[in-house]
Amino acid sequence: MKNKDYIIEFRNISKSFGEKCILDDISFYVKKGEFITLLGPSGCGKTTLLRLLGGFGNPDKGEILINGENITDIPAHQRPVNTVFQRYALFPHLDVYENIAFGLKLQKVPTDEIDKRVRKVLKMVSMTDYEDRDVESLSGGQQQRVAIARAIVNQPKVLLLDEPLAALDLKMRKDMQIELKEMHRKLGITFIYVTHDQEEALTLSDTIVVMNEGKIQQIGTPTDIYNEPQNSFVADFIGESNILNGKMVRDKLVEFVGHEFECVDEGFGENVDVDVVVRPEDIYIMNRTEGAQFTGKVKSCTFKGVHYEMFVDTESGYELMIQDYNAFEPEAEVGLIIRPADIQVMKKERTCNTFEAEIVDENHVKFFDETFECKPQDKFAAGEKVKVEVKFQKVELIDHPEEGMLSGEVHFLLYKGDHYHLTVKTDEGYHIWVDTNDIWDKGDLVGINIAPKDIKIVKCDD
Amino acid sequence: MTKRSSWALPYAIFLVLFVALPLILIMVYAFQDGSGNFTFGNFTKFFKDADAIGTFALSLEVAIETTAVCILLGYPAAWILANRKLNKSAVTIVLFIMPMWINALMRTLATAELFHVLGVQLGKGTLLIGMVYDYLPFMIYPIYNILNKMDKSYAEAARDLGATPWQVFWKVQVPLSMPGIISGVMMVFMPTVSTFAISEFLTNNKIKLFGTIIQENINSSMWNYGAALSLVMLVIIGITSLLQDNKKEVSGGTV
Amino acid sequence: MKRILAKCYIWLLLAVLYAPIVFIAVFSFTESKVLGNWTGFSTKLYSNLFTGTMQGTGSLMLAIKNTLVIALIAATVSTLLGTIAAIGIHNMRGKGKQAMTFLNNIPMLNPDIITGVSLFLLFVFLHISQGYLTVVLAHITFCTPYVVLNVLPKLTQMNPNIYEAALDLGATPFQALRKVLLPLLKPGMISGFIMAFTMSLDDFAVTFFTRGTIGLDTLSTYIYTDARKGGLTPELRPLITLMFVGILILLIVINIRQIRNSSNDEE
Repeated sequence: MKNKDYIIEFRNISKSFGEKCILDDISFYVKKGEFITLLGPSGCGKTTLLRLLGGFGNPDKGEILINGENITDIPAHQRPVNTVFQRYALFPHLDVYENIAFGLKLQKVPTDEIDKRVRKVLKMVSMTDYEDRDVESLSGGQQQRVAIARAIVNQPKVLLLDEPLAALDLKMRKDMQIELKEMHRKLGITFIYVTHDQEEALTLSDTIVVMNEGKIQQIGTPTDIYNEPQNSFVADFIGESNILNGKMVRDKLVEFVGHEFECVDEGFGENVDVDVVVRPEDIYIMNRTEGAQFTGKVKSCTFKGVHYEMFVDTESGYELMIQDYNAFEPEAEVGLIIRPADIQVMKKERTCNTFEAEIVDENHVKFFDETFECKPQDKFAAGEKVKVEVKFQKVELIDHPEEGMLSGEVHFLLYKGDHYHLTVKTDEGYHIWVDTNDIWDKGDLVGINIAPKDIKIVKCDD
Repeated sequence: MTKRSSWALPYAIFLVLFVALPLILIMVYAFQDGSGNFTFGNFTKFFKDADAIGTFALSLEVAIETTAVCILLGYPAAWILANRKLNKSAVTIVLFIMPMWINALMRTLATAELFHVLGVQLGKGTLLIGMVYDYLPFMIYPIYNILNKMDKSYAEAARDLGATPWQVFWKVQVPLSMPGIISGVMMVFMPTVSTFAISEFLTNNKIKLFGTIIQENINSSMWNYGAALSLVMLVIIGITSLLQDNKKEVSGGTV
Repeated sequence: MKRILAKCYIWLLLAVLYAPIVFIAVFSFTESKVLGNWTGFSTKLYSNLFTGTMQGTGSLMLAIKNTLVIALIAATVSTLLGTIAAIGIHNMRGKGKQAMTFLNNIPMLNPDIITGVSLFLLFVFLHISQGYLTVVLAHITFCTPYVVLNVLPKLTQMNPNIYEAALDLGATPFQALRKVLLPLLKPGMISGFIMAFTMSLDDFAVTFFTRGTIGLDTLSTYIYTDARKGGLTPELRPLITLMFVGILILLIVINIRQIRNSSNDEE
């Protein structure tokens, strides 16, 4: 498969550092001239992916193509890409001019040509007259400009930017975003941008690749990603959202917060558990309750500059975040409406915990390297490989890690309107998903207990 | 990335050849007799030799006493030097560091000559004073360093919580400067316990220390016995450096 | 009151600490054979030292020359070996790095006598006849760790992407080393070199055990043998004084440089 429009292709890239899998079978392509952003929380593998493209490290598996040519084994200094590094990596022993001319001098470009090109890029990044300055005497924003100038002066086919704005303050960041976008338009080359800032990604990109835990979660235009998140991670990570448990009653009819709503999604089947995403600005809020789909009572109202942010308790016991230009006083009874097109229905990634396990004896089963008591059973013999299912709400978390059968750390949490959905990573690196009403924070160390009666043993499929 | 780690290879080979292998050789020689057979004889000889044991005990005693005196004299000095209110100039600390740079043999010789001229009888007393002379800067410097870098807000926080200046000193500054004291102890104890030339000068050869015995045996080709004595010293050194590692962890936990 | 007490303590300590050296320095300006006996001001001991008219100055001068040459070779080789090693160690991970750091620390932790004896046994074991070469090798052994110790922090302080940035801009690994890495490591290499040089100058015990029986003397071993023959020869007084003044000047220069550097950083 060779497509003229694809400047870069990642094919089945995997990379591990020691035991830790950083990238897990990543495949996607980048179109020529595109501004593409790799977006995800820290540790999701986005920087590693960029570094593989720059030539700093080799993938364990897979290949990288530039213009249809496999460059996986080509060393960094021979690749037609240039990088703007996180924290810039300017050479402190060289001045601004020498930093920018570094690459050209290595290519043995004639001196007058170097001079012309350096001055041109300095003008482009509005740093004329700074040639002789010591790079360490420059402000963060100025260093940033020099770093960009140093990269683009070599006229790369692709410019890689690794969180280039992360070290700048908010105001400067906003200004630089506009300049970067403008630069991309003028240069007409491909930009690959890495950030953990979803707003930055939405503002700058033609295409966004959302990543988490070494896997691509979704690829799409900013509007696609925002309006039609494909899973609860993307919905939660991009913008504000209400993520709720729901049930697809039939095509175009979904039930959540205790009501049935018309929607535009179909093809999920009937009576299937789903996740539902509603953006806070997509819930219409009004003073009267007649004509509303459902009602609630305002719990809090905060002014956010352009809009008000309100938390509303619905009559069925869910808490929803709502954004509106009008303020509604706390305790006010309000009516709520959600339009069919504003309801995003997503397939659930899982409906309960499923672990691979092994039977120890008639009332013990072993999983996660730990033996658990379970209800007496005689269906399975000792040593048989089975699966264990545990409902999300049946996993008990306790404060003291050492008092639990397992111990772990709260890895990710999602508010689902009336409870929290937690991803807990055990010390051995396994994931357990937990529904709870208790409040935990990311990074909390917890003990994990599962009661014998809540361990359901099922036959292995294979 | 992985390639650049291979740059350590030449030095790794060098370290194995000139650091690891020689230390292994000390052990090998220590357990051999003159004709290369395995034996514990060198050690039984040492433990049966009352003179050697006495020298060993004396070396330990002198080293411990020197270290203790260095702490007693050095800690207040380091504390004063690190205190901005009491000491404003950086010159004084340079003056304390400078003797560290001068050949210890020369300094010792000068000290011994001074004792001689002053008519002081050379013996254990002069040995101790001379050693303190030689190694006091090595105690002051690390303690000064850690006190100087110590965040002032610790002391201020303690004052804020109602500690008297005396309590601030004993309950906050001294525990926090423990790593400095320990590296000072290492820098004083290690060379004093192992010295040989210095003790000869300071006592006019009247008192022998353990280092001198090692040197005499090696020089008179008693390599195996010399190696065994070196191994005994290595054990002492090993025990002392263990103290450092443990304390580091303790202080790491409390800071 | 407290201040005065503190000042008194410090200056008393310094006075006592410097008394022997000052004493030697004062008596380097008189001709008397016996210390403490002032026979009038004279610079004869100094001129003796330089013109070599005193008995045995030839071997003293040779010892000084040996000391300097050995220190220069050992410091140079250590700086090269240690810098390359530091870059390697910096890029190592896990157990390998731990092992290297551990081995690198040993010569710094070991008392001189152990380093000396162990290297002596090594040369005996390998049947290498001891002399100039073995002394130089021994000095490189205990000097290199100090270079590594001085260069490693420069690497950790450095932006981790600096080397990669050079590669990214088209430099070959060798060009990246020469044009970017080495210039940035230079301050660490220089202070490592100075430390190695003074360590080598000061050494007595290791030289003593590894110099063999060919009569090779450095300043330290010369003084040791000389002093054992019966006290301090008068001609060593000006030498000690000169070294003291030399180191004083060196320290002042280094400190002025440091103060300048730190005030530059504050800008």
